Amino acid sequence: MRKTTQRIQEWVMERTITLAGIAAIVFVLLIFGFLLRDSLPLLHTASPAALLTDTRWLPTSEPPRFGLLPLLLGSLYVTFGALVLAVPLGLGCAVFIAEVAPPRWREWLKPAVELLAAVPSVVFGFVGMLMVGPWLAERLQLPIGQFAALGSLLLAFMAIPTIVSVAEDALTAVPRALRDNSLAMGATEWQTISRITVPAARSGIIAACLLGLGRAIGETMTVLMVTGNAAVIPHGLAGFMQPVRTMTATIAAEMGETAYHTPHYYALFMVGLLLFGITLVTNMIADVIVHRAGGVKL
Amino acid sequence: MRLPPGLVQRLAFAALTGAMIVVALPVVGIVTMMIVKGAPGLTAKLFFQGSQALLPAIVGTVYLVLLTAAIAAPVGILAAVYLSEYARQGPLVRAIRLAIVNLAGVPSVVYGLFGLALFVMMLKFGRCLLSGSATLALLVLPLIISASEEALRQVPRRLRDGSLALGATKWQTVRRVVLPNALPGIITGLILAISRAAGETAPILFTAAFFSLTHPYPKSVFYPVLALPYQLFVMSTEMPEVTTTSKWAAALVLVVLVLGINAGAIVYRARLRRKQRW
Repeated sequence: MRKTTQRIQEWVMERTITLAGIAAIVFVLLIFGFLLRDSLPLLHTASPAALLTDTRWLPTSEPPRFGLLPLLLGSLYVTFGALVLAVPLGLGCAVFIAEVAPPRWREWLKPAVELLAAVPSVVFGFVGMLMVGPWLAERLQLPIGQFAALGSLLLAFMAIPTIVSVAEDALTAVPRALRDNSLAMGATEWQTISRITVPAARSGIIAACLLGLGRAIGETMTVLMVTGNAAVIPHGLAGFMQPVRTMTATIAAEMGETAYHTPHYYALFMVGLLLFGITLVTNMIADVIVHRAGGVKL
Repeated sequence: MRLPPGLVQRLAFAALTGAMIVVALPVVGIVTMMIVKGAPGLTAKLFFQGSQALLPAIVGTVYLVLLTAAIAAPVGILAAVYLSEYARQGPLVRAIRLAIVNLAGVPSVVYGLFGLALFVMMLKFGRCLLSGSATLALLVLPLIISASEEALRQVPRRLRDGSLALGATKWQTVRRVVLPNALPGIITGLILAISRAAGETAPILFTAAFFSLTHPYPKSVFYPVLALPYQLFVMSTEMPEVTTTSKWAAALVLVVLVLGINAGAIVYRARLRRKQRW
């Protein structure tokens, strides 16, 4: 009798646990499904061609215009600027922590960088809005303290912890023997780092940069607070010094004031779908790179 | 002309050290600024008086994150048990891992959209504590799964083998031997998830958060709540009448709360690693 109860219990638990395991897949599909469900009705109002070629985002004008281009370009500008700063700095820090810093520093430098990742994005936005923005605007003679490059600067500091953490793990995972052989052959420490250790960890380093990209493009509150939110198409380098509006900020700023199930509501879900697609592809590529490499090649 | 390798190395190391300083200095500077500008604003008035009083927002955030943990922990821990104890390598496990990686990468504001469509509207919870926590639970789920799985994998094989050899079933082994031994690591992951959820604004924008409610303390999970990060957002963007000192003080409170929880988890984990019996 006890045996039977036990067997039933085993069976039930195994099924429950398997279900919990599959839950992650279900959630991704659910998110995708709901984004599709609430964005596709927009196509009754605007054709896909219009969405992609219209240069204006005027959701409340009559008739409304839902050009995704200014938002997409706004996001790309801010993200690109962030990566230009975050990739060299982040990789520099990762190599410093993994290879150069004395072991005693290493112990607290990495947790400190990871603690930076825990700072809420609204706090980054707050500091940018009240301190960094006005300060930079005064130095650079800009009319207002809210512009694309300010978003890039703050996002860089949010992407750096991701890049440092992942890249440092990849560098630390390079087998000791590789370094020792190189040093024994008479190479300097820097020659060993630049020609042996870093190339051996390259898949992890590329993944680190892609994850940093994903972090930057999906960041919401910071860009909402510091980039000025003007839905115009940025041009050239001067675009960095002007206000832009990103996809994330558009959703955050407008969804609160939009009536449910209107074209504007569907358009915001369309922006969400686009964001979901971009981060999905970025993460997939990062994952494939890490797994295809299968650790370190000798 | 080729530079001597010794000089190249010195230049390169100087550049790397420079990168570290360029990252560390502004962080140290801003933390200092935050304390200098915010500390004078930490008065009783800030916490208890007026429409922007922080206490109800802190309480709201505590409710939000506790409910988030209550929703996400069972699913996340069981999913980790599946991956570490039950699953066999194959396409299903590969798909689950890809899904977890993708969940971790979905922008927080997209979680907000999803929470709005599913919890607020389709399930008709409305903008409330439950909708916000359910949305945040999805956001922290990948964090909890990864941390729990790592903790479970660190439990030595021989403990499982010993239990099974004594005639225990698989689930008995998991529940009485593996889970208790992995518990400290799992708890660390949960605390980190709570600290993440406490600082998020975008997911609760359309699913839970309100500013200045007539009944600031929710009576049930179907009541709207105030939340500290949202409070800071509204104070800094829409309330020019609030003094700058109060704003800095609010930011300081949020940072101390979130980083405090986070640092607590890190210290707890470091201490456990030193004490580990195997």
